[in-house]
Amino acid sequence: MSSADVVTGNTGVTEATPAQMRKAVEGEAPSSVRAYARLLVSELHLVFGRRRNQLLLLVVALFPLLIGIALKVASPKGGGGGGPNGPNNGAAFFNQLAGNGVFLTFIALTMLLILVLPVVVAIVAGDSVAGEAGHGTLRYLLAVPAGRTRLLSVKYLAIVAFGAAATFIVAIVALLVGVVLFPVGPVALLSGTTVSLADGLLRVFLVTLYISAAMAAIGAIGLAISTLTEHAIGAIAALMILVVGSEVVDQVPQFASAGPYLPTHWWTMFDSLLRSPVDTTTLWHGLLSFVVYAVLFCLFAWARFTTSDVTS
Amino acid sequence: MTGHTDPGGPGQAAADSVTPDWAIASSGLTKRFRGGQLAVDDVDLAVPAGSVYGFLGPNGSGKTTTIRMLLGLAFPTSGTAELLGVKVPDGATRVLSRVGSLVEGPAFYPYLSGWENLARYDAADRFASPKTAKARIGEALERVGLSAAAKKRYRNYSLGMKQRLAIAAGLLQPRELIILDEPTNGLDPQGTREVRSLIRQIAADGITVFVSSHLLAEVEQVSSHVGVMRVGKLVFQGSLPELRRTGAARISIRTGDVEAAAKVLRKLGLADTETADGVISAGLGEMAALGDDAPEKICAELVHAGIGVRGLAVETPSLEDLFVGLTGEGFDVER
Repeated sequence: MSSADVVTGNTGVTEATPAQMRKAVEGEAPSSVRAYARLLVSELHLVFGRRRNQLLLLVVALFPLLIGIALKVASPKGGGGGGPNGPNNGAAFFNQLAGNGVFLTFIALTMLLILVLPVVVAIVAGDSVAGEAGHGTLRYLLAVPAGRTRLLSVKYLAIVAFGAAATFIVAIVALLVGVVLFPVGPVALLSGTTVSLADGLLRVFLVTLYISAAMAAIGAIGLAISTLTEHAIGAIAALMILVVGSEVVDQVPQFASAGPYLPTHWWTMFDSLLRSPVDTTTLWHGLLSFVVYAVLFCLFAWARFTTSDVTS
Repeated sequence: MTGHTDPGGPGQAAADSVTPDWAIASSGLTKRFRGGQLAVDDVDLAVPAGSVYGFLGPNGSGKTTTIRMLLGLAFPTSGTAELLGVKVPDGATRVLSRVGSLVEGPAFYPYLSGWENLARYDAADRFASPKTAKARIGEALERVGLSAAAKKRYRNYSLGMKQRLAIAAGLLQPRELIILDEPTNGLDPQGTREVRSLIRQIAADGITVFVSSHLLAEVEQVSSHVGVMRVGKLVFQGSLPELRRTGAARISIRTGDVEAAAKVLRKLGLADTETADGVISAGLGEMAALGDDAPEKICAELVHAGIGVRGLAVETPSLEDLFVGLTGEGFDVER
């Protein structure tokens, strides 16, 4: 296998054991941290390098652009973007947009949060384990051996990274489009106070992080579902039904008491960041909800993935 | 695998390689599926280190399920298994990097090239050095003759190329054991020959090869040992000569005096004599008592007794006959 077919040393005593050959050919085994980093890079490469996923990110990037153009075209007639059909806090953002382009980020995120971002996360999360099982690559990864817990954790990190990437792409494109199409200056918050542009941008960043956390939470649910099947499309559909179902239930007044426990309930609460003072209680509740969902479903995925037979 | 640059001190060799007698050993390995079906039933595998072990049995006899348990992909219902002296599935993550495998056909990412696919599997191996990855992937591809197609997407590979890529994945690291599950499935005769010669090469490097097949002919030429599965049970295990020996050879003698010949044979301890006109035959099952040159001794005894021997023949059932005898004829009717 090695290029050196020449046997060195004294003839007759050169028969090396496989273990020795292993040492000679393999080189130093990397530290477990480096090996983990290598697998993570490989996973990220797989997720972000896949053309389908790149297309998803492109589509996600197009939305803020289209929204910005549509609102720009519509705004002169409405005299300041008079109440398009968005969710409640969306309406408040629309009123602000005419005065400040920064608000396009909040508008775009609010609109995409309903369906587009969850779909993007669902596709990657649902595909994560089920896709490997469907291709049969899962059995080879485990026979390599990648290690079940190790592989699962890498998969989840890649889902989180992809969800965050999609969210940040929306925010950044929206910000750029907003800056180009609308006036920019000190940001008037929903509570009426005005903060500096820098403070406003910081809030954009925090909102994006908050939504990334929300996506990480449903990513965990997607990962868990993905360990149950070898049909990626089934896992993706199941997660979408769950997300839409949760959003619908959240709108029904009779289920108001269940609301705070729904996975999607706290998503739009990021508007707490756009008030002064910031409503931290709501934010922490939201983040707590995301963490609980993420931990719970990661544990479920782990329990399932480390104990079930790989039959694909 | 032929390049060993450093013979190493004897002390180091002892510390490095506690060479187990068995590359694979299992005891009472059993797998019952959720439906209640017993897929693998009390299998005691003993694969000698350095052997080429043909794991035979018809489709559905539990071969793949056994291999899945060996590789830690499936968990046994009961029983234990060891690879290279390490218990699986508990120690699977430790030992499997010393084991190359091909399970139930090749599986890769269709949208990646052959090279990228191997890099993916290599990245998953926590013991693989990233520094040597490039060289190792190149060598593995070279070894299976896929260097020219390294940049081609897996999707566009032919079946034979896919199979060879899977074997290349098994050769990414210097292994001590290679497990090949039906490596020639779906291959044309040319591909089958290639796989066979690859197995020979691998074995020549001192690596234990465990190769499953539903066709005896496929492993007969390369393997030193065989195990035969039938409806989840290991019905035979041993070296090929041992398998041949289980098939009781029969000696048949053409003679004018069948009666007298029968007497002589019985005296020699050959009980199950059969007579037809002018021919007497007897199972050589008890040949061991007479030694390997039993036919000669029998002939001598007959002549000594004054019986004219016109012809003498030893008929051994072919391995194929023995195999079919062990596994049963026809399709999976026993399921």
